[in-house]
Amino acid sequence: MSKIIVMTSGKGGVGKTTSSAAFATGLALRGFKTVVIDFDVGLRNLDLVMGCERRVVFDFINVINGEAKLSQALIKDKRIDNLYVLPTSQTRDKDALTSAGVERVLNELAKDFDYILCDSPAGIERGALMALYFADHAIIVTNPEVSSVRDSDRILGVLASRSRRAEQGLEPVTQQLLLTRYDPERVERGEMLKVDDVLEILAIPLLGVIPESQAVLRASNVGMPVILDESSNAGQAYTDAVGRFLGEDIEHRFMAPQKKGLLSRLLRRSA
Amino acid sequence: MSIFSFFRSAPRPSAVQAKERLQIVMAHERAGRAGPDYLPMLQQELLAVIAKYIDIDQNKVEVKLDRGSDCSTLELNIELPAREQLKSAMAAVRKPETKAGGDGLKAGAPLASSEDKKRH
Repeated sequence: MSKIIVMTSGKGGVGKTTSSAAFATGLALRGFKTVVIDFDVGLRNLDLVMGCERRVVFDFINVINGEAKLSQALIKDKRIDNLYVLPTSQTRDKDALTSAGVERVLNELAKDFDYILCDSPAGIERGALMALYFADHAIIVTNPEVSSVRDSDRILGVLASRSRRAEQGLEPVTQQLLLTRYDPERVERGEMLKVDDVLEILAIPLLGVIPESQAVLRASNVGMPVILDESSNAGQAYTDAVGRFLGEDIEHRFMAPQKKGLLSRLLRRSA
Repeated sequence: MSIFSFFRSAPRPSAVQAKERLQIVMAHERAGRAGPDYLPMLQQELLAVIAKYIDIDQNKVEVKLDRGSDCSTLELNIELPAREQLKSAMAAVRKPETKAGGDGLKAGAPLASSEDKKRH
């Protein structure tokens, strides 16, 4: 039985595409046949983060319009078995995402894939609505920052009222929080919202906390999902989150400042 | 450890790779912005020509593109019908020809590989 996941946030720039790439890769590494779809029509970037930008021939919109077969638009990842990317169009606009067209493509993918991960654009317009409409699970990507938390709350409202499950009175879309760009040192200094603060406000279960990490930029520079950087905190945090998503009981890590030696304390003070 | 690694230069910093990747992908996007999205039409017309001569399965057509900085390669792989099917299809049109040997030979070889060179 195929599952549809939406990676959404309301606010832009919080890490939806980074998280989509990492999560899809993590699911594929666990042996699930996974496809990640870019819903950000006109502003595609998932292809760059996944490192397949030079291999895009046809896209999601071509398939919706019947201009190409689904199998021709799917790009197989060169590193991981079971992992596919469905890029979107860079030239058209969000109106190209028709509800019937998206549903037909998702149904066709559902025959073949265990997980379909929809990378939502920012906002609550057509692209974001289409990305979340058919979802079974929603992962809400949030930064510990006021505008991001407020926008996440807004998108939770949209999920509860305008998703297919809501409209048809089915069991609601499951919602989990992925708190990204978390900086335990700033939290300790009282400069950043704590995990518990965000959980208290949004009142949804915590899927994972991804620490602020230089590995994220390095990974996107070279077109590699950061989860493949196993030495990085962020990569390990995504691996944990994927495990939790699959129902495993994994303790949260990277939420406290790392203990530092005397030298780095002194250097920090002088900086 | 290989002796070659001694001569190999240090790995390029990731920021350099980022810049190169962006330059390539954006050069193509800027170049293509003016014109229509020609690939679907190109594919349909190519297939229409081939279909005039050979009975092909539209699902067994693979189009690959590799965008490079100097030139791009457009690769079209079309799986031909197996010889048996081909013969029966031909028989409908023409008189059957002399028996072809080598049963079970699958015609899955790339039919065409055309190059689409774009200079920027």
